[in-house]
Amino acid sequence: MFKDHLKKISTTAAAMIIFSLAASTALSVFYFITKSPIDESDARAKRIFLNQVIPADLYDNNLVKDTISVEPSPLLGNKKNIDVYRAKKNNQVIAVIIEAIAPDGYSGEIKTLVGIDQEDKILGVRVITHKETPGLGDYIEIDKSQWIKNFNLKSLDKVSEKQWAVKKDGGDFDYISGATITPRAVIKSTYKCLLYSKENKKRLFTS
Amino acid sequence: MSDIKKIALDGFWKQNPGVVQLLGLCPTLAVTTSMINGLSLGIATAIVMAVSNASVSPIRKFIPTEIRVPVFILIIASLVTIIDFSIHAFIQPLYKALGIFIPLIVTNCIVLARVESFAAKNETTPSFYDGLFMGLGLAMVLTLLGGLREFFGKGTLLSGIDLILGPSASNLVLHFFGDYNGFLLAILPPGAFIGLACLIALKNRIEAR
Repeated sequence: MFKDHLKKISTTAAAMIIFSLAASTALSVFYFITKSPIDESDARAKRIFLNQVIPADLYDNNLVKDTISVEPSPLLGNKKNIDVYRAKKNNQVIAVIIEAIAPDGYSGEIKTLVGIDQEDKILGVRVITHKETPGLGDYIEIDKSQWIKNFNLKSLDKVSEKQWAVKKDGGDFDYISGATITPRAVIKSTYKCLLYSKENKKRLFTS
Repeated sequence: MSDIKKIALDGFWKQNPGVVQLLGLCPTLAVTTSMINGLSLGIATAIVMAVSNASVSPIRKFIPTEIRVPVFILIIASLVTIIDFSIHAFIQPLYKALGIFIPLIVTNCIVLARVESFAAKNETTPSFYDGLFMGLGLAMVLTLLGGLREFFGKGTLLSGIDLILGPSASNLVLHFFGDYNGFLLAILPPGAFIGLACLIALKNRIEAR
């Protein structure tokens, strides 16, 4: 009786082990087949974003590889070290791309890439990830609206601190009524990113 | 042949997973903010269902009854992961659009339900068709619901088609109203419940005739 029971348990366990092994093998095979295409397509997606922030004809280095790591700063909102991409022409840093995190979106963080040139002007801003309301707060995405291009060529010199706000708050930036929290967060984080770049200019722009 | 017809009729109408069995509501409600999103996830689910039914059926006699559910889940999870890898590797834009929803197919009970109630008892060919047609039946509901929500919520249909067919397809997007401010309720989760209720009511109405 006990022996029968034991036999049944062992066959069941053996079956489970065999199925698990077969599944793991299939997964490992597929992991190895798809690994390099996945890395390539991730890098491609990132390059497309980076190219939108800084036009590709301005620099001649490999942007994705040419990075420096910066420590957490309240101006950037990062909690870990992050990479700053540096665009170089003839070995001179002509612009940097900094990742800025706005902690105060309507629902959670908004991550953006901000491209800044040597003259502290914004070359471009793009939203990488956000959780804003679809159809309402998502006009910060380039796929949905041109709003994000408002930042192009703005700088701390040309736009005073007060003007870094939506028009409703007396600032320079358009917004869609009913969704003002989202642009406020992005404007604030972009402004702070410019401050950061100015404060750390030597380090960021020296090759 | 008549068997396959019956299976197809069950999947698309009589036992439709979306509006009759009401299984798999998690993706139904979360993803159907646009027609293309609904269609893409629906087709991905249909593929998983067809493949998982077809792979469980031939080995059903080797699976001890006591551990059949863990084995089913193991098989389904592996297949979903493989599909996830493949989409990430070869169709990056679609991956960006569906992203977190693909792994959710594992937790979609309709997949497990069809394996348990059909593939574990039937031959491979009918099992394959059952998975396929049940999945396509769900895809149909997801597409309709997505279309409904997109139409009322944004005043468009087929937006995002360029993510699948390439940028040149973006002129296929239909805009119905010149200056539409959007109807947010339809896009937010409550819109999914209301839309699904309308579809169920519509089906019941047609059947009552």
